[in-house]
Amino acid sequence: MRHFLDFEKPVAELEAKIEELRRMTDPGELNIAQEVSQLSDKAERQLRNLYGKLTPWQKTQVARHPERPKAKDMIAGLITEFTPLAGDRAFAEDAAIIAGPGRFQGEPVMVIAIEKGSDLDSRLKHNFGSPRPEGYRKARRMIELAGRFGLPILSFVDTSGAYPGIDAEARGQAEAIARGIDACLAAPVPFIATIIGEGGSGGAIAIAAADVVLMYEHAIYSVISPEGCAAILWEDRAMAPQAAEAMKVTAQDLKRLGIIDRIVPEPLGGAHRAPDAAVAQLGEAIATALAPLKTMAPEALRAKRREKFLAMGQSAVV
Amino acid sequence: MNWLTEFVRPRVRTLLGRKEAPDNLWHQCPQCQQMIFHRELEAARKVCPHCGHHMRATAQERLTWTFDDASFTRIDLPKVPADPLKFQDKKRYSDRLSDSRKKTGMDDAVLVAHGSVGGHKAVVMAMDFRFMGGSMGAAMGEALVSAARLAVLQRAALIVYTASGGARMQEGAISLMQMPRTTIAVQMVREAGLPYIVILTDPTAGGVTASFAMLGDIQIAEPNALIGFAGARVIEETIREKLPEGFQRAEYLLEHGMIDMVTPRGDLTATLGRLLGLLHVPAAEPLAA
Repeated sequence: MRHFLDFEKPVAELEAKIEELRRMTDPGELNIAQEVSQLSDKAERQLRNLYGKLTPWQKTQVARHPERPKAKDMIAGLITEFTPLAGDRAFAEDAAIIAGPGRFQGEPVMVIAIEKGSDLDSRLKHNFGSPRPEGYRKARRMIELAGRFGLPILSFVDTSGAYPGIDAEARGQAEAIARGIDACLAAPVPFIATIIGEGGSGGAIAIAAADVVLMYEHAIYSVISPEGCAAILWEDRAMAPQAAEAMKVTAQDLKRLGIIDRIVPEPLGGAHRAPDAAVAQLGEAIATALAPLKTMAPEALRAKRREKFLAMGQSAVV
Repeated sequence: MNWLTEFVRPRVRTLLGRKEAPDNLWHQCPQCQQMIFHRELEAARKVCPHCGHHMRATAQERLTWTFDDASFTRIDLPKVPADPLKFQDKKRYSDRLSDSRKKTGMDDAVLVAHGSVGGHKAVVMAMDFRFMGGSMGAAMGEALVSAARLAVLQRAALIVYTASGGARMQEGAISLMQMPRTTIAVQMVREAGLPYIVILTDPTAGGVTASFAMLGDIQIAEPNALIGFAGARVIEETIREKLPEGFQRAEYLLEHGMIDMVTPRGDLTATLGRLLGLLHVPAAEPLAA
């Protein structure tokens, strides 16, 4: 059973009808086949319509869709010989971040990914994609490792935010994030970050201060969750749709603001409808972004990366 | 484009021994409720003489207390685009900005000055919680980058007083991008071989803690200052239990190895001067007579 979002109701109804028709009768029967094809066309038109003008709040739902491909799917589809490495060498292994070397299109790279999990067990295992300080310290270790061995870094970001817990605070969540950003900016190798679902605040930027930041068409990236922003500024979580709108969380807005570099198109109806096609699209985008960076000297890479982030907010963009 | 001509315009203001007229001769300590005569409070740098409670201080006060003879030169900070997102919640961001400007007389939540600290060259950035909760937007990023460049140029130490609720939501992802931007500022000072000292004051939270506030070569905190990443309410909602006594306070961070020392305000200037000397920060030129 496909999971439908509230605003997808009309499509859900059509697809249910199609399904019913297919099940009820001999699919070879001509008039039924015709009816099915008509309904399918209609469903596709509706999807195109809906997804062509998603509101920022609807995009937030799509970005959090339970069936949306997760970091693991990106790794499975894009990376061969992936060899996950564990631990921060200080306290623990944090499964919210999966990281290690592998090959992208045959060439060794370092992968750093925040994994949300896709069923109850894996969600618990990966702490719903909310890393603790150990996760960020492991990420930093991988960035430094990549630098030493000349591996380009590919990061995949999907988190509602760094874990807000007593233990995380006690072990320096803020410091771990700060050092993560520090390491990203110092990396002497090409660095491509992709916001694949949710890019939640400091928990995201800790592994995303990259040469090129890609973002899926329906992903969101923000300084605080729309609900959190609504709770503070409107004193009402129900105002989250307004907060999502006001904060400019969509890929389209962030591209215009110069916060991200490129938008990766998703299949019609969102990445969850055709995960393989979505992953393949990202693969192409990464390859395109990576090619010109590979020939750059470490110092030039770092200088350009700095220049990019130093300019953010400096001059009027809108 | 020459950064110096663009930015350290000679329009510097020296604020020597300026005093604000108290509107009330007596202050009540918010901690122990005792009444304190304003002169006594001022002399104690807003530390309650009865219970030792460290009251919040303005950026201006921080500068006055830190520099030798309360003498320093403030630099004008480059202007940043106001309200880039045309943000509006219950109130317009542009209105919140002008309200804060009226209330504090500041352009944004931060001041930058240079001068002598314990006889050593120093650039100081001080944040002011009264201005939209000391929140970090593009102006904060600009201030730290400017302060760092000035420190590198003068071969001075960079000292930062933090006081902030975190990122400025009204600037959306632009405020988030001040985290890498301020981190670059810290890297510039580090690469120049100059010390970067952070003094965490009450409160310091969110994206500010998770970027430049935790990257100091030396991390000092004021007694009982609240310092953390996530807010108490968010944590309580996540774990569904009450937070322990003293959680996210300066002493808690010290115990957990997150900071170097907790230093009472009265000892701070001497500590800074001593550290700058130990870390080979060049001597400041004597003040012009």
